[in-house]
Amino acid sequence: MAGNPAEKWQGGLLGWIDARFPLSQMWNEHLAQYYTPKNFNFWYFFGSLALLVLVIQIVSGIFLTMFYKPDAELAFASVEYIMRDVEWGWLIRYMHSTGASMFFVVVYLHMFRALLYGSYKKPRELIWIFGVLIYLVLMAEAFAGYLLPWGQMSYWGAQVIVNLFQTIPYIGPDLVTWIRGDFLLSDATLTRFFALHVIALPLVLILLVAAHIIALHEVGSNNPDGVEIKKNKDENGIPKDGIPFHPYYTVKDIVGVGVFLMVFAVIMFFFPMGGGLFLKPDNMIPADPLVTPELIPPVWYFTSMYSVLRSVPDPFLGVVAMGAAVMMLFFIPWLDRNPVLSMRYRSFAAKFNLAAFVVAFVVLGWLGLQQATTMVSEMSFRWSIVYFAFFFLLWFLSKERSAVFSLVAFAVVVGIYTMYDISRFDPSDASMILWSWLIPTAHLFVCMVVPVFARGLGRDRAVPERVTS
Amino acid sequence: MANQGVNRGRRRFLVAATTVVGGAGVAAVATPFLASLQPSARAQAAGAPVEFDVSEVEPGQRVSIEWRGQPVWIVRRTDEMLEGLSKVTDRLRDPDSENEAQQPEYAQNEHRSIKPEVLVVIGICTHLGCSPSFRPEIGDPDMGSDWQGGWLCGCHGSRFDMAGRVYRNMPAVDNLEIPPHHYITDDLLLVGEDEDGGTV
Repeated sequence: MAGNPAEKWQGGLLGWIDARFPLSQMWNEHLAQYYTPKNFNFWYFFGSLALLVLVIQIVSGIFLTMFYKPDAELAFASVEYIMRDVEWGWLIRYMHSTGASMFFVVVYLHMFRALLYGSYKKPRELIWIFGVLIYLVLMAEAFAGYLLPWGQMSYWGAQVIVNLFQTIPYIGPDLVTWIRGDFLLSDATLTRFFALHVIALPLVLILLVAAHIIALHEVGSNNPDGVEIKKNKDENGIPKDGIPFHPYYTVKDIVGVGVFLMVFAVIMFFFPMGGGLFLKPDNMIPADPLVTPELIPPVWYFTSMYSVLRSVPDPFLGVVAMGAAVMMLFFIPWLDRNPVLSMRYRSFAAKFNLAAFVVAFVVLGWLGLQQATTMVSEMSFRWSIVYFAFFFLLWFLSKERSAVFSLVAFAVVVGIYTMYDISRFDPSDASMILWSWLIPTAHLFVCMVVPVFARGLGRDRAVPERVTS
Repeated sequence: MANQGVNRGRRRFLVAATTVVGGAGVAAVATPFLASLQPSARAQAAGAPVEFDVSEVEPGQRVSIEWRGQPVWIVRRTDEMLEGLSKVTDRLRDPDSENEAQQPEYAQNEHRSIKPEVLVVIGICTHLGCSPSFRPEIGDPDMGSDWQGGWLCGCHGSRFDMAGRVYRNMPAVDNLEIPPHHYITDDLLLVGEDEDGGTV
């Protein structure tokens, strides 16, 4: 390597650096000569936007840490101090709180993109796995951060979530005491959540984001057609349907950044509370362990999972169901064995299944914000079935199924929850149980039975050789 | 590869031994970190028993005191409320307080208390830890005409009767917890300790 050092000097400063650190090489591998499909659409903005929000959160978070006091006696007042007395403190805090919600908006849209175009399928399974891990860490990060202002919602929200662990048989109560570090949610809990929120989880998050991007750049991006661009290369070995990430997509992403920042600024300046979805009025009251607020809904990005929890009467099974609702995401690459990546070329049944999943996610999210009446619990239960049925149908729709198999599988799945309905049947709720039964049944019927009689609706289309636009 | 003359058995033994010793070291180092998250000595000391004079409580009134940072309610029940306890028995999940974890032995009776009229109970819902709201009025229009007084948890809708016993088909499946307590004198209550000094 050190054969002729004088030669290395010829490249000027860049040459000097390149002899010691692969700067140009990294620039080329990840930007200037990193070939990406030319047909990216709207849905491809959200990866780079997620990165942007991460930076916003880290920068605004560092500045908040300079003024915030992680102490149960001082925390609430220090947040007020940031809001009222610190120069521009209100802006920095609203940037951070808006950023938290926008992080989930962007990540949910990013995940939807992956489901839409099959970006989790071979060879991108690990990108998806890293992504789901990022989502998990993000939830923990958001949950820990929500406790820090030490308002009523912070306190009681954390109380409800921490107590979920209490339902675990045998070890539950001791585990909860260990998590809290006290017999109740107290200063000990606040300080450890602070440590997790500002150090531990952000470090893990950044490492996972790096792994996510390294894995992506190893295999290359998928695209809206789900066509592998590396299969069609020109004489120089460059994909015919590929364009260098820089300058093409860096410039395109800047447009996305511009639009996103406009939306971000409108929320931050005019609707920082997000109508009670991003910040709740109850959180402007200092935490009081002796008074519970009337209604304790989680922040909006947790409400879908929370509805799944509430839909199961048994507390421990509810927690298991909620955990499963998230953990199922890990299995998607192996549940969906259909070789067609993009929804563009998937069957009507597959499209309907994805649409039903999105509707279930949104409806469950809305239900999670409501007071738990009988009707809300019943709807949560039915839409939770739709939510889980999505995963089953991903597998079911992996290939064209025979008429007999389709009908038997449909009867079995519908039979499972119908049996449960019979066991809990109560004449006073009869009409509600009956009509709400139709919700998951219609979903399964369209995806499993309809294709038996209208074969075209269950058939995937031919995928083109090259990308289409 | 310089694998000639390698004593594979010894190499395997050394790798295994190093792994075991290293693993033990990791476990040993992890112990103080994990144990540091337990309640500290100060937090444990803060769990000391609390005195309260129950003669302050009027019939039908509920007073909330703090013990281990949790609300403990002291309710002096009226005769009407006590009569209501037997009227709701068939709608309760555990009317006879058979789950022994939820109360000390001396509170395992219909009124779940030492003195029939004075209820001492931890005001934390056994579902997910909210503090239920007091609905003492018999036939409260919100709660239905057969309501005999009790509590409603605002979080997930669990209902409890005037002895903190949970109704059937509620998110909460256990009765409200009765803390260890005893009377030092006729009216002076000590919450957090049994007569024989037990604190659990």
